[in-house]
Amino acid sequence: MHLYALILIPAAAGAAAFAVRPDAARRLVLVAAAVVHSALTFSLWLVPQQFSRLPDRMSWIALDAAGLLVLSITSLLFLITAFYTVGYLRREHDESHRDIEEGFYFRNAPEAVFTGCLLFFLSSMTFVTMCQHFGLLWVAVEATTLVSAPLIYFHRQHRSLEATWKYLLICSVGIALALLGNFLLAVAATSAEGGERLPLVVGSLAADGASLNPLWLKAAFVFLLVGYGTKMGLAPMHTWLPDAHSEAPSSASALLSGALLNCAFLGILRAHQVCDAAQHGEFSRSLLVGFGLLSMAVAGIFIVGQSDFKRMLAYSSIEHMGILALGAGLGGALGTYGMLLHAVNHSVTKAMLFLVAGNILGVFKTKQCSAIRGMNRVVPWTTLLWVAGFLAITGSPPFGVFLSEFTILRAALDQGRNIVAAVYLGLLVLIFVGMATIVLNMSQGEPAEPPAQEPRETFSMIAPPALLGLLALALGLYIPPALNDMLHRAAEALGGGA
Amino acid sequence: MASLIQFILIFVVLTNLTLLGSSRRSSCIRLVAAQGILLGLLPLVLPEEGLTTSALVLALASIVLKGVVFPRLLLRAERTAGVKREFQPIIGYSASILLGILFLAFSMWLGTRLELPLPLRSLIGAKLAVPVSLFSILIGLLLIISRNKALTQVLGYLVMENGIYIFGVSLVREQPWLVETGILLDIFVAVFVMGIAIFHISREFDHMDVDQLTVLKD
Repeated sequence: MHLYALILIPAAAGAAAFAVRPDAARRLVLVAAAVVHSALTFSLWLVPQQFSRLPDRMSWIALDAAGLLVLSITSLLFLITAFYTVGYLRREHDESHRDIEEGFYFRNAPEAVFTGCLLFFLSSMTFVTMCQHFGLLWVAVEATTLVSAPLIYFHRQHRSLEATWKYLLICSVGIALALLGNFLLAVAATSAEGGERLPLVVGSLAADGASLNPLWLKAAFVFLLVGYGTKMGLAPMHTWLPDAHSEAPSSASALLSGALLNCAFLGILRAHQVCDAAQHGEFSRSLLVGFGLLSMAVAGIFIVGQSDFKRMLAYSSIEHMGILALGAGLGGALGTYGMLLHAVNHSVTKAMLFLVAGNILGVFKTKQCSAIRGMNRVVPWTTLLWVAGFLAITGSPPFGVFLSEFTILRAALDQGRNIVAAVYLGLLVLIFVGMATIVLNMSQGEPAEPPAQEPRETFSMIAPPALLGLLALALGLYIPPALNDMLHRAAEALGGGA
Repeated sequence: MASLIQFILIFVVLTNLTLLGSSRRSSCIRLVAAQGILLGLLPLVLPEEGLTTSALVLALASIVLKGVVFPRLLLRAERTAGVKREFQPIIGYSASILLGILFLAFSMWLGTRLELPLPLRSLIGAKLAVPVSLFSILIGLLLIISRNKALTQVLGYLVMENGIYIFGVSLVREQPWLVETGILLDIFVAVFVMGIAIFHISREFDHMDVDQLTVLKD
């Protein structure tokens, strides 16, 4: 297995990015590392049999089906954003920039820092997907926070600094609670008679689930849910997310939203897996449903009438994290399968939207929705992608999100949870209307004033989001058998087989 | 040994209360450093069966980090920021101490309610460790919420981390060294990165009041 190579190659490339002087060579390092990483990840799919129900009880670093799914999403998004980032860094290369909101001048962080941290970020997220030991998982998730903080502070001005500080502090405190959750889990894993303790490995805890102490296990789940939920952006611990996602450069936002949130969710899924094996699945499921619906509601409230289009996308991420939690909470074969499919669909679509938002920001130099009118006259390709992305993310057919949201709805109805289904549908409609108003107002109408120089839609701006958009569409029309098989394997391992 | 453990834990409780009432940040930094050093000794006095090399190395590393590296880093950030006192905390000093005493009572009560699994009940220090660790976590959160200087928030984070550490070291002793090293490394980098952020905040705003960080909101 070349799992270690997947972690070490981006880490080494990140170190190299700090050392390499010429910009062109450094960008080449970024793209090369992304290509090698995704090729290695893809090669794992050639032998699907190795991703059986659960990794064995002792291995700390192993890839199971759910981990492989998250890893593949991460790797794919990184590859596509790497190409986008190269174009972005070329455009951002001037010495100083005028602030788009307040008009002062600022500089960007050195490009080496951005590229290096981006690669370290990939390495740490890869590590998260492979951790089977709860202690290591914690170490890896905290590491993702630390290496991604400099990405948010790329534009060296006070708003991005504020976002970075909130991100660092809120996520570190949240994840510290997950560490307490780990210790509580260790107490729960102490057997009543001999004082023997099970190792904190997912496979081992799940296999001996019945011997876990119920009180301490439930306490552990609550802390792990709150801790990793902070990082995942579940309401009410989401407050850092809109700031960080709107202030970071768009390629970093795409990765934060499309890749990192899934990694944090994986932590919650592992804890849920253990709870489920210990016959306390009802407890963890009801908490997940509650947090899921609350997140959707909070997102809905803030999306309606949102004045900043990047924040709108950030709140939409909170909504979709809510849907993931809801899907996991409904459970069963259908709910778990729908949840995993939704994770894939959301990541692809949201990354596309953030990249398009970066293009809009680059052309119109504002994040205010109300300042942008008649985009279709100025940047037709970008407008096409923006509207298509909006339709995809709000779950319109024939895009992939529609399919997965519908699967989760069916899971709720099959279980006779009509109130949950009704609230879920109501919130989806509310968010559709809220986003439609914003997006359509931006795309149509008479442009306020033509931009100073003729805007150019270069290949490097359009191709990466277009590719993601096509993928989002394709996933709605046809799910490849290999992916379907892996989704079923993962759902089975996560307790959805029964 | 039992009396030494009790001494350390009671020292933690007292320093936590002092932290709530003290307005000079440099003395707050020193209090947290003292807490870190004493807590670093905890894994050396806890085990009944004597010391292992890895425990010794980790204890040493955590003492050096929490007792020397962090306070130096934070005192330096403090000097660049210039302002020595915490003006107008969101919750006043005497009110914070009163709240702290309430938290103490609550943690003691919760500590008696939570029933440890049988084999853990006989461990030395286990009885006191649960309430003291809960208390430290609550005090850390209170400091983060109620103070508006970035540096005091980092101190709050450290106090909270100390609380979690007390729980881990007294109830979950045989943590694998790989995990412990990883945790220590993460916390080191976290404080380091926060220190850099404080440096940028004080340069960008000429102060480090986080209550000025209010541009981003809905």
